[in-house]
Amino acid sequence: MTSPVISFQDYSFQYMAQAEPTLKHINLDIYPGEKVLIAGTSGSGKSTIGNCINGLIPFAYPGKSTGKLLVDGAEADKSSIFELSHTVGTVLQDTDGQFIGLTVGEDIAFAPENDCVPQEEMKQLVDKVAGLVDIDHHLEYAPQELSGGQKQRVSLAGVMVEEVKVLLFDEPLANLDPAAGRSTIELIDMVHERTGAAVLIIEHRLEDVLWRSMDRIILMNEGEIAADMPVEELLAGNLLLQHGIREPLYLTALRYAGVEICKELHPEHVDHLVLEPEDKAKVQNWYQVQKAEIRTRTHGEELLRVENLDFGYTPDKYNLQGINFTIHKGEMVSIVGRNGAGKSTMAKLICGFEKPVSGAIYMEGRNLEKDTIKERAARIGYVMQNPNQMISKPMIWDEVEMALVQSGMPKEERTKRVEETLKVCGLYAFRNWPVSALSFGQKKRVTIASILVQRPQVIILDEPTAGQDYRHYTEIMDFLKALNEKGYTILMITHDMHLMLEYTERAIVFSEGSLLADTTAAHVLNDPELVKAASLKETSLYTLSLACGIKEPQVFTECFIGYENKEVR
Amino acid sequence: MARIAILSYIKRNSPVHELTGTTKLIFFIAWSVASMVTYDTRVLVCMLLISAVVFKVSKIKIRDIRIVLGLAAVFLLMNNLFVYLFAPEYGVELYGSRDVLFTIAGPYTITLQQLFYHLNMTMKVICVVPVALLFIACTDPSEFAASLASIGVSYRIGYSVSLALRYIPDVQREYHNISQAQQARGIDLSGKDKLFTRLKNSVAILLPLILSSLNRIETVSNAMELRGFGKKKKRTWYARRQMKRNDWLTIGFVLTILVVDLVVTFWDGSRYFNPFV
Amino acid sequence: MKKLSVKSVVAIGIGAALFFVLGKISIPTPVPNTYISLQYAIQAVFATLFGPIAGLLIGFIGHTLIDATNYGPWWSWIIASAFAGLVIGIVTLKLNVNEGIDTKKIIHFNIAQIIAHLLSWGLVAPCLDILIYSEPIEKLFAQGLVAGVSNMITTGIVGSLLLVAYAKTVVKKGSLNKED
Repeated sequence: MTSPVISFQDYSFQYMAQAEPTLKHINLDIYPGEKVLIAGTSGSGKSTIGNCINGLIPFAYPGKSTGKLLVDGAEADKSSIFELSHTVGTVLQDTDGQFIGLTVGEDIAFAPENDCVPQEEMKQLVDKVAGLVDIDHHLEYAPQELSGGQKQRVSLAGVMVEEVKVLLFDEPLANLDPAAGRSTIELIDMVHERTGAAVLIIEHRLEDVLWRSMDRIILMNEGEIAADMPVEELLAGNLLLQHGIREPLYLTALRYAGVEICKELHPEHVDHLVLEPEDKAKVQNWYQVQKAEIRTRTHGEELLRVENLDFGYTPDKYNLQGINFTIHKGEMVSIVGRNGAGKSTMAKLICGFEKPVSGAIYMEGRNLEKDTIKERAARIGYVMQNPNQMISKPMIWDEVEMALVQSGMPKEERTKRVEETLKVCGLYAFRNWPVSALSFGQKKRVTIASILVQRPQVIILDEPTAGQDYRHYTEIMDFLKALNEKGYTILMITHDMHLMLEYTERAIVFSEGSLLADTTAAHVLNDPELVKAASLKETSLYTLSLACGIKEPQVFTECFIGYENKEVR
Repeated sequence: MARIAILSYIKRNSPVHELTGTTKLIFFIAWSVASMVTYDTRVLVCMLLISAVVFKVSKIKIRDIRIVLGLAAVFLLMNNLFVYLFAPEYGVELYGSRDVLFTIAGPYTITLQQLFYHLNMTMKVICVVPVALLFIACTDPSEFAASLASIGVSYRIGYSVSLALRYIPDVQREYHNISQAQQARGIDLSGKDKLFTRLKNSVAILLPLILSSLNRIETVSNAMELRGFGKKKKRTWYARRQMKRNDWLTIGFVLTILVVDLVVTFWDGSRYFNPFV
Repeated sequence: MKKLSVKSVVAIGIGAALFFVLGKISIPTPVPNTYISLQYAIQAVFATLFGPIAGLLIGFIGHTLIDATNYGPWWSWIIASAFAGLVIGIVTLKLNVNEGIDTKKIIHFNIAQIIAHLLSWGLVAPCLDILIYSEPIEKLFAQGLVAGVSNMITTGIVGSLLLVAYAKTVVKKGSLNKED
């Protein structure tokens, strides 16, 4: 038997600043050419494992380690980042941070440049690798001109120029829309086949990674390995849910219908499911029962109306054209579409950050044209994607109070409002804490609180759950749902199909600056053309329902959501 | 996003574009030094003419750079005005004679010497402007770091410059987004608030900007280390171009100018060409 | 000179990008034609966090880029900007803001930035201007005074507030208790 290319032997690691070890007694072997998924919630230690392998630990993040870690037969902590980089190629989560060069070509050439490879040879190398990941027609492009998926390809090419034995991906899907995520997984699979390198993917979006087959899954939990087994075995049990990882949607649906998930079902991919006639019957029965219970909510009166709106950042090109839609009181709506389709621009227009070229936006029938940003903010709140880009005070109380101080509200009233808002957001106990002591999800709440304190009627959120694991995702979304039930109208810009499906009834689809569709979320995800235009992908529920002989996948999806809302939450 | 109007690389086919970044860098530096050293009217006129010719050759159009030219004009005007307000007799002092043309009011007379001084000072600035603009407009930013390295600057510093160019658009976008979101919470820097309040408010935008920049620094430096930056004493450059005949000719030309400039300027022991004696 | 660490290289690059972007944003003051130069506050913070060489190069690269994309470089002022970063970096070498901040450290930081801007705009910039552009002394020192004082105020207020806020954000989770 060949020897492992990576071998953890009773390995523990503790970061210098932390009181507890992050990794505890890890025993793990990765063999050449293997394809392994490392899953786990944030804080489970899965990224730390990656950092140990590529040498960021201990060379960039010092700490204390015990036990042994062998990378390609040599002890990792006696090596150096540079030496390790010849064996392990790392693709970081942040594609903008990883893209160092001014153009695609330069970025791919970065490692050979540092190795003093002569220019001629380097150019050939770059051409070859760029061709392999299909980015060779963009060598002169700047990062700002590329989509997220293309940047991901460049990152991959940039580590493949060194003929590494291990390719390590740290949350490769975090910043991608579903369609780009899918093609990234296909790309990784292709690269794996052609180079024969071992592939390690650290990711919590299980269903997306499993779009292509993986040899096994390592499930991390609180610094230990909770499971290390073939994919189908892990899916058959309920270890995933126990450890805060979401299982593939089609499996959840099968469970709801009373089908037992076992290895023989081939649960690893929706296309390969082996369903017995009685399983299908169970699904169909469940479907019939649920279908009868579908109810549609009635809408409140009109709140926000966008009418014949055109907008362009430069006079020669429109970024949005002929936009019309209406939002009713108490709705929770998804705004979807690929990057650059005009979703964020639409939000900025509603908030008054940008002014329309023509057309108008009405709130409760009144044209907002003359209202300043500040005046609109009292009625429409905008929450940015990254809370770190919004939080501007070190202390939670001050952060939430800021807008009120700016508006010159008297102290007593301010205090009352802040207290009230903090209670609504479940942050009251933390009111005297510094923001830096909070988790990402809690910070998100602080930013939402700092908007809510102005008592807007509508809240617009940009990617409220981007990059969050299932636990944080649920925490944030349940909070938003509770707000919605209190009467707040909520608009969300999102790539997340689960979010859109599970939490919003209605979705507005943007494509290349125009409004392509305004319909139910279930309809969007079951219409192949809309799915393509919005850079989404159809859900596995769609495939499952067809496999079970249900002719209306859209209704099946609605049943699933209805059931979850009713029975599970 | 409303882009801040700035000058950037304009891709064209011209003899100036074909020169390597190194050549243009050397030209730019030598030219800057030459113009800084001299106050000799004859030299300045020659340099002005040459820079006009180079501009013509570069195929960059006036309208490509009209915003920048406008800024330069305003800057020059203000500078001349201030110099005159503070020292209306400076030319007289410098050239040792006084020919009054007319008097505006009080000490503010217009003398031939003062006008001549202003003319020289303005030329000194103007003859650098086209060369500086061309350097920016005709040099592919990708070549920049390689060029710095080839004139002996440490590649680490060269790469800092490259990173600055790489991340300017990202930082710009981030600033823009943060400031919009903060405007919605009542933070407005262009408003009518008192100066102190505005300074204090700017922190609400700058703090998130700095914190996220510090995060970025961490990610980027990790990414660079993981790909072997700083491993060796030297590095090669993907974007470097080979020096050709024209490059050597250009470098020879600009160095000659520099030498002539120095000789003519200091031949008679003074930086100034004095037509009044 | 010691080799620059990779982190310093990146800090210089991104610091210069910040310097550039902020330098391009004009925030008007009551004095006509004078703008608040927020870039000097950022430069001072980076010089304090990453040291004198970073301060120097951020000023040099950032200011050169601003000038070169405006109207051609005005070298004397570019050098003065670089010098300011260098001085702040040297004087604050032992400040260790990462370990928390108190009034003493804030005073220390402000002394550093006042010395730096005093030397840069009161001495370096005017002297170079006399040497290079032979402009009248009266104008140069008046100009230097305005620039120096306005940079000191900006850096003093904004820079100090940023440092305090930064120091609070790096403080680790200590014995924080939830309150009812």
